[in-house]
Amino acid sequence: MCDTCGCSPEGGAVLRKPGAEGCHLHIGEEAGHHHHHAHDGHSHSHGHDHGHDHGHTHGQARKVEVEQEVLLKNNLLAERNRGWFEARKVLAVNFLSSPGSGKTTILEKTIPMLSGEWPVAVVEGDQQTTNDADRIHALGVPVIQVNTGTGCHLDAQMVQGAVRELELQERSLLCIENVGNLVCPAMFDLGEAARVVVISTTEGEDKPLKYPTMFHRADVCILNKTDLLPYVDFDAEKCREYAMQVNHHVEWIEVSAKTGEGMDRWKAWLTSRLERL
Amino acid sequence: MHEMSIAMSIVEAVADRARQEGCARVTGIELVVGRLSGVVAESLRFCFDAASRSTPVEGAELSIEERDAAGSCEECGARFPVESYHASCPSCGRFRVRILSGEELAVKSITIE
Ligand SMILES: Nc1nc2c(ncn2[C@@H]2O[C@H](COP(=O)(O)OP(=O)(O)OP(=O)(O)O)[C@@H](O)[C@H]2O)c(=O)[nH]1
Ligand SMILES: [Mg+2]
Ligand SMILES: [Zn+2]
Ligand SMILES: [Zn+2]
Ligand SMILES: [Zn+2]
Repeated sequence: MCDTCGCSPEGGAVLRKPGAEGCHLHIGEEAGHHHHHAHDGHSHSHGHDHGHDHGHTHGQARKVEVEQEVLLKNNLLAERNRGWFEARKVLAVNFLSSPGSGKTTILEKTIPMLSGEWPVAVVEGDQQTTNDADRIHALGVPVIQVNTGTGCHLDAQMVQGAVRELELQERSLLCIENVGNLVCPAMFDLGEAARVVVISTTEGEDKPLKYPTMFHRADVCILNKTDLLPYVDFDAEKCREYAMQVNHHVEWIEVSAKTGEGMDRWKAWLTSRLERL
Repeated sequence: MHEMSIAMSIVEAVADRARQEGCARVTGIELVVGRLSGVVAESLRFCFDAASRSTPVEGAELSIEERDAAGSCEECGARFPVESYHASCPSCGRFRVRILSGEELAVKSITIE
């Protein structure tokens, strides 16, 4: 149930804007049809189950060849997002990792490094809270929090809704921090230009083997928290080897978001992509 | 669990198609699920019951065809079946495999009335 207005979006995601109290927007993702209405200054999209009888006389069963991708709707929306980003020269980057690998900390360090050179905006995905969006908001860049509720990943529709609320500048970077999860977000194209998977030295070095789909579909793999290497049993070389075995095209970058070590290489990767916009 | 959103996508796509065909009920669905699609057939089956409740798809029989995956080696060109993305070439041993098939996740057909 929506804690601002008491409506029940039934699994739909909610967008929130830090610094704009009471402003939220529901994104429906129910199987039924959607309609939009606005009340109390914010708009809703609710799904309805009709369940009424159309009164057909049930004739013979027939088989229809469909041959359609299951995620066609998401994929089409993702392609629409991608076209929108390309037209405006926005580099959209999808950040993925287990909970706590350091996605938000990396963004907090990356944004000041780019400021003055490239405008940045952020979409934060979490099941609950605006904590991550509040951390980004404190840096003074535009940010929207998507609360997925019970949902364990962002989808293209949520990103489309979030991007509408952000005033993206031409030739800018859009960072999309996905829900902390190495399984489900791998399946859902958001329309990003690049996927960055973050793994940290406090996790097992066999993560790429345990979650091969996620690592296979990544463009960059950031190993974070290298400042902790002297204190943990983490074999960075082995981890890199496993990541390359699952995806031999992946770009491997080791950083400590805490100390800033290695962040220059990460910045170089980002700016080389931004310069190609 | 993403199988729930996948099951909901199936129900939505299939119900839309049935409507286009002028039919009120879907009684059968044939799905193709590749071994590298990232979807576990059993979890999908489990979620499908919940996702289809009170929709025109409720009660439809779900048949899932699991497809094996294949890859080719970027070094030596060999072609071979693969079990996962962590695959090495059986001829040269290198881990430089291009996936050729096995990532499909599609509705093949529906039975409507
Ligand atoms: N030692 C060390 N700690 C770090 C580093 N980067 C992040 N942390 C810590 O790791 C914890 C989690 O960091 P976050 O940036 O919130 O991680 P996240 O991936 O955004 O987490 P979720 O959004 O919850 O999935 C925090 O306590 C950070 O201070 C690092 O480079 N070194
Ligand atoms: Mg975070
Ligand atoms: Zn509300
Ligand atoms: Zn999930
Ligand atoms: Zn080979």
